[in-house]
Amino acid sequence: MSARLTRPNIQLNEQGKLKHFLTLEGLKPHHLTEILDTAESFLNPHTNEIKKVPLLRGKTIMNLFFEPSTRTRTTFEIAEKRLSADVMNLNISASATKKGESLLDTMWNLEAMQADMFVIRHSESGAAHFFAEHVAPHVHVLNAGDGQHAHPTQAMLDMFTIRKLKGDVFDLKVAIVGDILHSRVARSQIQALSLLEAREIRVIGPKTLIPPFPEALGVHVYHDMEAGLEGVDVIIMLRLQNERMQGALLPSEQEYFNLYGLTERRLAYAKPDAIVMHPGPINRGVEIDSAVADGPQSVILQQVTYGIAVRMAVMSIIMSNAALLAQAQAEAVESPEQASSQERPE
Amino acid sequence: MKIIIKNGRVIDPSQNLDCTTDLYIARGHIVGLDTPPEGFEPNQTIDAKAKWILPGLVDMQARLGEPGHNQTGHIASETKAAVAGGITSLCCPPDTDPVTDTQAVAELIQRRARQAATAFVMPIGALTQGLKGEHLSEMYALKQGGCVALSQANQPIQNPLILKNALEYAASHNLLVILRSENHQLKNHGVAHSGAVSTRLGLPSIPASAETTALARDLILVEEAGVRAHFSQISCARSVEMIQQAKQRGLPVTCDVAIHQLFLTEMDLLDFSSLVHVTPPLRSQADRDALRLGVKMGVIDAIVSDHTPRGRDEKQLPFGESKPGISGLETLLALTLRLVDDKVLSLSQAIQLLTEQPANILGLNCGSLQLGSSADLVIFDPESYWTLHSESMLSEGKNSPFSGWEFSGQVEMTFFQGRPVYLANAV
Amino acid sequence: MTKLNLDINQLLDELAQKVREHKLFDDQAKLIGIRTGGEWIAKGLHQRLNITSPLGVLDISFYRDDFSKIGLNPAVQPSNIPWSVDDQHIFLIDDVLYTGRTTRAAMNEIFDYGRPASITLVTLVDRKGARDLPIQPDISALQMQCHQTLKLTGPEPLSMTLIENAEADQ
Repeated sequence: MSARLTRPNIQLNEQGKLKHFLTLEGLKPHHLTEILDTAESFLNPHTNEIKKVPLLRGKTIMNLFFEPSTRTRTTFEIAEKRLSADVMNLNISASATKKGESLLDTMWNLEAMQADMFVIRHSESGAAHFFAEHVAPHVHVLNAGDGQHAHPTQAMLDMFTIRKLKGDVFDLKVAIVGDILHSRVARSQIQALSLLEAREIRVIGPKTLIPPFPEALGVHVYHDMEAGLEGVDVIIMLRLQNERMQGALLPSEQEYFNLYGLTERRLAYAKPDAIVMHPGPINRGVEIDSAVADGPQSVILQQVTYGIAVRMAVMSIIMSNAALLAQAQAEAVESPEQASSQERPE
Repeated sequence: MKIIIKNGRVIDPSQNLDCTTDLYIARGHIVGLDTPPEGFEPNQTIDAKAKWILPGLVDMQARLGEPGHNQTGHIASETKAAVAGGITSLCCPPDTDPVTDTQAVAELIQRRARQAATAFVMPIGALTQGLKGEHLSEMYALKQGGCVALSQANQPIQNPLILKNALEYAASHNLLVILRSENHQLKNHGVAHSGAVSTRLGLPSIPASAETTALARDLILVEEAGVRAHFSQISCARSVEMIQQAKQRGLPVTCDVAIHQLFLTEMDLLDFSSLVHVTPPLRSQADRDALRLGVKMGVIDAIVSDHTPRGRDEKQLPFGESKPGISGLETLLALTLRLVDDKVLSLSQAIQLLTEQPANILGLNCGSLQLGSSADLVIFDPESYWTLHSESMLSEGKNSPFSGWEFSGQVEMTFFQGRPVYLANAV
Repeated sequence: MTKLNLDINQLLDELAQKVREHKLFDDQAKLIGIRTGGEWIAKGLHQRLNITSPLGVLDISFYRDDFSKIGLNPAVQPSNIPWSVDDQHIFLIDDVLYTGRTTRAAMNEIFDYGRPASITLVTLVDRKGARDLPIQPDISALQMQCHQTLKLTGPEPLSMTLIENAEADQ
């Protein structure tokens, strides 16, 4: 009945390629593998170092953080600088925008400063979509976390980590443990895992931390940690936000750790070569035991490095797609005449 | 001014009437049907061949933006939008600024409406002072001041003792109370229905139980107090069931549904459009189907527009930060008639839900073309096809998610108190 | 249009000999090939010259100056220089030198790795007549004009075809 369902995905351009990066929902598997393959090319195969490249020289990227986050902003900033972009950081407290200047005024002002890309973090679900709907056509929006909705670059770096360590996401059993309900990371991870055809996606936690309609995500719900970890290849621990403790969602940190904390004993239920991931920062003794966090199966620190490569990949793909689209449009205009003689194939 | 409207198909469920006939208007009233009163000499003759003549619609819930600062719309603009949609009588809820909790505010609204002289505006008074849910308002004085009912708009009383007192006090003076059932703790700052879509989009969610637990409590307190109660804008399948059971027990309760709840569902939120941010939230397909069935079976007594004009600044925000509400006056009739096309309702049922039934709930004699009643009526062209464009809406609130929808059948002319107040395609 | 198959092995032998005779060459010499054609040529030289240190490979996709026109090469792979470039005499190897832009990009990338002592440009073919930048090969095995085009296929077996086509580059 509603025309809205058939609307084109606003994050794709006329050629079906990424224009913005807002969520993984609605993307095709090839969009994800392109990101993963490109990220691979930024990493030195021997040292895992990431070199600076002049790809986005002359482009201006603005990091608009309406919600404080030093870690995510830093990895974006490093990624942008490794691409040689000009980087501006704006930390805008939500209260300041509520005082007078509307969100759109703020955005249009920054747009007028010749921004090419906005990296946005905001506490409202859908905020990145909102920006993408209202930006000028040449500006790109990259979602660095919106409310409880999506955090697609985090999910992609997790997929990259899994691929690096397990060869492929395909056919793996993955368990995500903790506060799924309030986690944008979990939502994006689940979408990425299902696009890349993981065999089974499990979520583990008490009912108070599981979304009301998990069927909509295509996951299996476990309230028992040991049963949920049985035979999995990948364990993703989510951070338990302190403020969740005040909402009477959980009785205590102690009880949570007793039931859902990842200890060496519990880790033994997973496959022997299972890897342990965490989007960070970790709460030792709340969701994960130090022995596991620092143990041989933990890949938590690798995730951070890969995060830079993945973000570089997303940004360069978006700018590349824009270049290709502009070129195609220019050719469409010129096509009645003979091709220009400017081409100089190298 | 004497007018004869000839050859129209007159559909008036209050008289069980559906036939092609002539209608005679004099001094603002209906003075004859079929046969002219003695000595009737019309100043104007309107040929309504192939057109429908409907009683002016009665909308139990429409916000008019007045009084209030920083609100969108005012009585003059919104009543124009109302008559363009065929609505000639409307109730405005007390969540004005200042709140309609004194006679002065109630009278101000009616005075402005009389000045605009476009439609009949009935204020609804606040059940508690400032809608705060703490102290009872001067209900009797509000009734004296012209309030047709008392309500809490979208701010239901949370404290059951205060609600009990308010209901008992209203019952003592035989006042109609309009309740919207919602538990604030369970709502928990939610903005979307707790279901598949909020799960996918990560929008803070409102469970159906926020409505149903409150409705259960409210029904028990209504029964105890013996008050005449009308439940406003129910949104869940379970609520329909509960109201049906209450009616079967013989409780003096009625209820309504907002028209958008019969068409839109949570699925419409998928691209975060703030135009579909409403309260109560759009719920699941199953809830929508149950509400449609409730309307069809007569459990739901009236359909309202829940007209809430919003300015650009209130809607051009991320979903959760945007203000809820739809500008609905201009689509109430068109959408309700679409339920006839969808075989949910018969034509006379549809008209009844917009005229006779809300008038009966309010205890008023509007919504009817009976001899002697005010000549509030609509000439409707069932063969006219049109598309809603939000920018050409008459309401100052252009916030309609139905923009771009095509409708069959259009209001051609609206009369209020015997005067034409709307003419389609008039420049 | 006429086609001419060239004996690539003979040309590589010739090129290897010229490199061997270069004043900065020794068995510690560092070779870097530019993906993909240059990498094949560099492999051939690496074998012929019996060099001990492994071959470096550059993928200059991230360094191209036409990113805003043609976007990112979808087949981009990581560059791999398995030793420090600092203070090394580097032989930068490509199949064809034409406009000079690829060489410029490669030199930029090398300097992002460190500060080499020198760079010697080795190209199998010097295709003259359309240079955009002041870059000339130090060593090359074959010269051709810009109305001729060259098709290199590889890596195994490596072969090269010269195509004469007067219209090709007009």
